[in-house]
Amino acid sequence: MLRWFRFGLFVLVLLPISCKAQERPYFLTYSHEMEEPGNLEIEFLNISGKPPEGNRFLGSSLEVEYGIKTWWTTEFYLDGQTTQNESTIFTGYRWENRFRPLLREHWINPVLYVEFEDINGADKTLREIVGHDGKADLSEPNDEVRAEKKREIELKLILGSNFKGWNVSENIIAEKNLANEPWEFGYAVGASRPLRLEASPKPCTFCLEKWQAGVEMYGGLGDRYSFGTRLTSQYLGPTVNWSSPNGVTLSFSPSFGLNDDSVPRLYRFGIAYEVDQFLSRFHRGRQ
Amino acid sequence: MIRPSLVVFLLVAVSFAAEFNGGWLKKVPPREQQKTNPYENQSGAVDAGRQVFLQHCSHCHGENAAGNKKHPSLVSPRIQQQATPGELHYLLVNGSMAKGMPPWSKLGDPQIWQLVSYLKSLH
Repeated sequence: MLRWFRFGLFVLVLLPISCKAQERPYFLTYSHEMEEPGNLEIEFLNISGKPPEGNRFLGSSLEVEYGIKTWWTTEFYLDGQTTQNESTIFTGYRWENRFRPLLREHWINPVLYVEFEDINGADKTLREIVGHDGKADLSEPNDEVRAEKKREIELKLILGSNFKGWNVSENIIAEKNLANEPWEFGYAVGASRPLRLEASPKPCTFCLEKWQAGVEMYGGLGDRYSFGTRLTSQYLGPTVNWSSPNGVTLSFSPSFGLNDDSVPRLYRFGIAYEVDQFLSRFHRGRQ
Repeated sequence: MIRPSLVVFLLVAVSFAAEFNGGWLKKVPPREQQKTNPYENQSGAVDAGRQVFLQHCSHCHGENAAGNKKHPSLVSPRIQQQATPGELHYLLVNGSMAKGMPPWSKLGDPQIWQLVSYLKSLH
């Protein structure tokens, strides 16, 4: 895990400091806003928690996101985790694509999301909560669950709205393990707003418009045979981020388990860096 | 006999050419055209708009808004004289996604109007 962290830092240091990011402060919820075409975002996302009957863990994802078109964004993840008194392991990869079918802003803007993931049972990044995912899954020893293969297809319907500075986003999730298991369902919703809507006339670092705050809620909705919130985990928490003038965005969110099947507290934190017009940097004569 | 695929191609080509030629102006609904910029006479709006421009727009359109091979110049009679503030606001909110211009509704109305102030001040 330390090697990952060093790699992330290495990448961030190598990149030129000339670009800016303005991200929503969500960790799980997707908004309808796509990556700008040609831009590359590198993000290092982490989650830490301690299930009551298990060891404290740190799940991490290294994420690379690229805007192919205004209406098409692709993203690749490498996942890993470390569990106290157990081990540090690589848990798999994910590849997702998001498509925006409507080319104008509407009250509600849909985005279609398709993901393939090849991870193992020890994955603790909690990029989504579906089905009957719960604290028991996070308590099992790495040595036992890492042998479990999870090749899954995940579909999301992302709905997003921007109104008077607020963003409200809703995600409906359906996931299927390709090993003949039933469809599982989940959701994530979020609302956020910059702390100030107007820009400052002078460059600034900690002015209020560089901060965004909001709230995020997510959880499982059972599966095809037992749809609902019974025996699922549910989380709610505030979330905040800050975009520095040199293009780095820092995010933090504590989440609180809302029922007995949830981990009581989860802490998420992330660092993101956006490279504007990534491929153009390799072309001669770029302005 | 004209092939249907050729007709479709020509229609697409004409619509793209119209976009390049400011065709987006004709798509702005009348109600949007008439919107006025609440920051029009406010001191500091142009400077604030420049900050927004440098942060979000300059990597495509250039620091001086002169554009490049792939992205149009924003210093033109169409932007500074022909388009109303409401039309520019509409373009920024909705983008022109088929042409590679993303929507900027995430900035919120105040920053978009500040950006309109800046664009109108260019010459």
